[in-house]
Amino acid sequence: MKELSLNILDITENSVKAGASLTEILLCEENDKLTITIKDNGCGMDEETVQAAQQPFYTTRTTRSVGMGIPLFKMQAEQTGGSLSLASKSEKEFPDEHGTVISASFYKNHIDYTPLGDVVASITTLVQGHPDTDFVFSHKTEKGEVLLDTRQLREVLGDDVSLGSFEVIKWIEEYLKEQYSENH
Amino acid sequence: MKSLAELQAIKDKMKNKVVIREGGEEVRVVVGMATCGIAAGARPVLSALVEEVEALGLSGKVSVSQTGCIGICQYEPVVEVLEAGKDKVTYVKMTAEKAKRVADEHLKGGKVVAEYTLANVKA
Repeated sequence: MKELSLNILDITENSVKAGASLTEILLCEENDKLTITIKDNGCGMDEETVQAAQQPFYTTRTTRSVGMGIPLFKMQAEQTGGSLSLASKSEKEFPDEHGTVISASFYKNHIDYTPLGDVVASITTLVQGHPDTDFVFSHKTEKGEVLLDTRQLREVLGDDVSLGSFEVIKWIEEYLKEQYSENH
Repeated sequence: MKSLAELQAIKDKMKNKVVIREGGEEVRVVVGMATCGIAAGARPVLSALVEEVEALGLSGKVSVSQTGCIGICQYEPVVEVLEAGKDKVTYVKMTAEKAKRVADEHLKGGKVVAEYTLANVKA
């Protein structure tokens, strides 16, 4: 992957497929360290699956037997001296509080650091593709926080207007870009 | 400054549009957005399609959606065009520029851009 924002898009797709009604994408930058956390309330995984998901060529897909999403993300973290952790509570074992948290840290000054890239495009792509699920996006740096919570937008838009409609996607894009120009 | 009040205005405007849209979307455009597609550059292809469909005034007729792995990863980014009563058209190794041409010539003009289809592109 050429940009970490593309990994974010890819990893978050897993959350949506796990039936999450809410997925949080949290970016935190402190000095030269970037932590990306993706947290969902989807169906979760048992311990065996958590281990398997970090291995290349594991997938739940039936079209092909290759799954590279998490191993790629892990490799990109580790090659900067960072790491990746994956924790999950399966719906079966924890019916009241289930979901998955994946967290990866990156050292930005390392020569093998993959740039974050166009994170706004990834967020708008996620909302366009999954207008019926909610996302929280937060990007914290020393200068401030960029924040989007689609639950707030849904409250304004009601049931009549899809979050995936062109006008709303454009609004989200501008909303995030404006915050980036103020806070970064 | 973007505000939630602006979103309210969008909602009011869109309400009228919803009524017009009830004729239904006749053409479905699907972009493969699994790991393989994303890594190969599907994100800008999707954005270009969404932009062009709107710019060409096709939003009532054409829907653009995302799917997982289509199964031909070496040809990603892949875009499928599905229309009732017609054969599925599979565009491969797409770019934002190619997507714009497909929007204009195929989605608007009704003519398949043959040179970008699976049958005519080498892996």
